[in-house]
Amino acid sequence: MKRSVLIVLSIILMFSGCAKKDHGNQLDEVKKRGVLRVGMSTFVPWAMNDKEGNLIGFEIDVATELAKDMGVKIEFVPTKWSGIIPSLLTGKFDVIIGGMGITEERAKKVDFSDPYDFSGMSIVASRKKAPDFKDLASFNKSEILIAARLGTTAAEAAKKNFPNAQLKLFDDEAQAIQELLTDRVHAVVASSPLPEYQAIKYSKRFYLPVEDTFENEPIGFAMKKGEDSLKSYFNSWIKKKTGDGFLKERKNYWFKTRDWEKRVE
Amino acid sequence: MKKWFKDYIWFIIYSGVVVGAISFTVGNLDYDWQWGRIPAYIVSAHNGLKPGPLLHGVYVTIQISLVSIVFAFLFGLVSAFLRMSNSFVARFIAYGYIESIRNTPLIVQIFFMYFAVAPIFNISAFASAVTALSLFEGAYLSEIIRAGILSIRKGQWEAAWSLGLGRFQTYRYVILPLAMRRVLPPLTGQGVSLIKDSALVSTISIYDLTMVGQTIVSDTFLSFEVWFTVAALYLMMTIPLSLLSGHVEKRFAVH
Repeated sequence: MKRSVLIVLSIILMFSGCAKKDHGNQLDEVKKRGVLRVGMSTFVPWAMNDKEGNLIGFEIDVATELAKDMGVKIEFVPTKWSGIIPSLLTGKFDVIIGGMGITEERAKKVDFSDPYDFSGMSIVASRKKAPDFKDLASFNKSEILIAARLGTTAAEAAKKNFPNAQLKLFDDEAQAIQELLTDRVHAVVASSPLPEYQAIKYSKRFYLPVEDTFENEPIGFAMKKGEDSLKSYFNSWIKKKTGDGFLKERKNYWFKTRDWEKRVE
Repeated sequence: MKKWFKDYIWFIIYSGVVVGAISFTVGNLDYDWQWGRIPAYIVSAHNGLKPGPLLHGVYVTIQISLVSIVFAFLFGLVSAFLRMSNSFVARFIAYGYIESIRNTPLIVQIFFMYFAVAPIFNISAFASAVTALSLFEGAYLSEIIRAGILSIRKGQWEAAWSLGLGRFQTYRYVILPLAMRRVLPPLTGQGVSLIKDSALVSTISIYDLTMVGQTIVSDTFLSFEVWFTVAALYLMMTIPLSLLSGHVEKRFAVH
């Protein structure tokens, strides 16, 4: 009997010992740890692997520069996009820097920094299955199948713009494009410029029904709620980097030029 | 009496630790529970009561599982006979099928079926899911059925032959009824596995229970609430089958 009492006591002690885990300031925590852990997922050209398997892309440059200015090392935590917010909430990393669009629904669970980038959606269609569609409205029919990536704002944009169409959702864009290549869907919706790149790469089979992007959305860093010092640090950093032209220059390199292509293929 | 008391104390300690550990970790997460939003996804009360997306997912999961189990049984039965045949070719085909299926991951088979085979033969996502699942479960069923048939003593064969029954008739009237009775419990167990394995078809965008759960989570980020609910719905499908398996085992016990 004595033994059981001892065990119970030690368990209670154990719990009260860790129950007071400090929830304080994540900015201090990152600096003390010396590593900024960044959650991300592959999106061309925001983040992708080069020929040697290293991560490159717009977001990778942004996050690396951010860590350099904070004076800490960087650690990327590749995460499935559909589970990236739950992973942030359970503390797998400090911040999501992955081209995440700021939406109301997401803001209920996480805090966003000021936008450091803007991105629009575009749509690429199959010449064979959806020939000569000239506007978005032509895709809003019940017989139309549209593929997108699960958990992205592209999937939301497709749902919103084509409520009558059927949506097929996959875990990455490559599978969605594969659906279009095998003519099992009429079109793919994704963040620009991926659809444009695909239309160039497979110009005999794909085309862009509308030239412009739609649903222009702000992009921000996402962090746990209530991390005010971290958030204000990020906001000042974004202001500074917008001012000195770093963000614009990097954006230009990854989105307007295709100089990086030989690093990938 | 004393032993009972001690057992009781241990039970209290055990539950205390489990409940404590769960509430401790969850409390530590600062997770904002929003259970109130879940019922709307099970039954939608929008103009009249209608099954919500989650129940629709349950329906698709049951549909896929039922169709797959029928085909899996056919694949299993045929390949079990081929495996025991005298013909070298038949044995080779069955062996190749069973071993290649059992030694590769199911998710790879589903991707292979959907992204490589389906475009060639122009078959739908549902059909490729059912094909992949029934081929996969069929390989396991085949080994179960073969074990059942091999476990029937030689005397039954000899008795059947001495009555003048042919090979087919012996299987039909003597061996299979005996063997099936023996393998019913593992067969129902395989049915439970099939329901669980069917969750993988969500990767090819079939709106089964898992896929519906995934889309709700990606829209609302209610990850804890939704996955608890999805797990409970799977349990509601598999537990009756598991209980049936136990019942069948008693009912058809071979003495």
